[in-house]
Amino acid sequence: MMRDVYIVGVGQTPVGEHWDLGLRELGRSAVEDALADARIEAVDALYAGNMLGGAVNGQENVATLLADAAGLLPAEAWKVEAACASGAAAVRAAAMAVASGAQEIAVAVGVEKMTDASSAAVSAALATAADQDYESSHGLSFVSLSALLMRRYMHETEQPREAFAPFAMLAHQNAAANPRAMFREPISAEAFATCALVADPIGILDAAPVCDGAAAVVLCSKDTVRAHHKPIRISGSAVASDTISLAARPDILNLRSAGRSASRAFAAAGCNPEDIDLFEAHDAFTIITALSLEACGFAKRSDVLKRAAEGQFSRTGLLPISTFGGLKARGHPVGASGAYQIVEAVLQLRGEAGLNQVRPARRALTQSIGGHGSIAVAHVLEA
Amino acid sequence: MDLPRYHRLRRSYYRLEGQRCRACGTIQFPSQASCRACRSRQLDAHLLTGRGSVYSYAQVGQPPQGFAGPYVVAMVQLEEGIRITAQLTDVEPDEVVVGMPVEMVVRRIREYGAHGYLVYGYKFRPLLAAGARA
Repeated sequence: MMRDVYIVGVGQTPVGEHWDLGLRELGRSAVEDALADARIEAVDALYAGNMLGGAVNGQENVATLLADAAGLLPAEAWKVEAACASGAAAVRAAAMAVASGAQEIAVAVGVEKMTDASSAAVSAALATAADQDYESSHGLSFVSLSALLMRRYMHETEQPREAFAPFAMLAHQNAAANPRAMFREPISAEAFATCALVADPIGILDAAPVCDGAAAVVLCSKDTVRAHHKPIRISGSAVASDTISLAARPDILNLRSAGRSASRAFAAAGCNPEDIDLFEAHDAFTIITALSLEACGFAKRSDVLKRAAEGQFSRTGLLPISTFGGLKARGHPVGASGAYQIVEAVLQLRGEAGLNQVRPARRALTQSIGGHGSIAVAHVLEA
Repeated sequence: MDLPRYHRLRRSYYRLEGQRCRACGTIQFPSQASCRACRSRQLDAHLLTGRGSVYSYAQVGQPPQGFAGPYVVAMVQLEEGIRITAQLTDVEPDEVVVGMPVEMVVRRIREYGAHGYLVYGYKFRPLLAAGARA
């Protein structure tokens, strides 16, 4: 990056079914909270990450909608769409704008309003992130594509579905103390083993919920950081892509975009996986958590499930993941999740995570994955 | 309505037509402008055999709009070494296993309401024994 970029403000709405709030209200709330946190009133640009505005809400042009609602006109404002990684991609767009010198202060917001449509309509809308001609149009839902990964993983490793339970359990455990999380009650291994299957072998407790929410961050250059700020530096920011169709990959269990985005972010930050104190992972499905831990170099195929069972990814473990509940239990308003991860990592690095605080943390990795790894966005953040 | 799209896709949907690269011999599906392996643009149409085996599979319990479930989807490894995702048909969900031999058939994939058009395309079914085929 050309000049250093700092996050000086964060905001987030609770995640859940917000029957009284639309895209406009959710997005505005997160942006206003982030600006208040930074004690900044005007920005040069707003970048909005959003995936389903057109398909579910009949609303495109979401960035100007939010700039208008938040009183930020006539700031530069446009939408970033990168499937489930849209929120993280919006943060990257803002970081590039500030790093390049094109903008001094930018706000990135991820927003999603999924409960405006029926579950069948949401399922069809989510499937637009896959290959429409060769996956979605044949009835492959987004969940069923993940289920193909999980079945193959179980076949190759000879692990049962129950071996994935620790990922869901730790997410619910971490969400318990997060007032903004959707699911704050713990789940047992037995509940995981006996839950309803939505796309066998994926059960309801493997999967992140359909929900609404928005999260925002304010970014600026070093010149704009003030004494009252607790600046968190974006030391690495990277995106990598892969084939849009799962079937076209030589090894479907290797999320190459996840691996490449992480290694590029590590290289930019001058660090390695073992230097990371916490990892906000894209745990939309338990299988994706396992595959991303492997792809980023945190675990191996041979030990990732065993290490999860030992508690190594829990809040007090070797590498805490999904520290506020992750996509699984905080909730996964798809285009917003990448921004939530970054907000949560900032709170951890500031030491403001309250009951969710991991041991003193200096460096965090966040990773948001879209379209079963056709795109991945990674950020390394440093206190 | 996306009728023109399905017309555009008819060669791959109805007869599993892919391509063979004149330069390196790679067979690919779906068709595209250049070879995935060597980027050559010298490609000939190539019909896939439609025979292969189940590489992975899943049951769809909550179908997207436009589909009636439940049904089984699979990633199929074709004899040519290519993988393809599609629905399975003529099989009970609990009969499906990884490695099961399958073959391509053309079936109805979806319909657009009572007065809309029907979309046909490839699905895969368990490979019939040689004697049963006649």
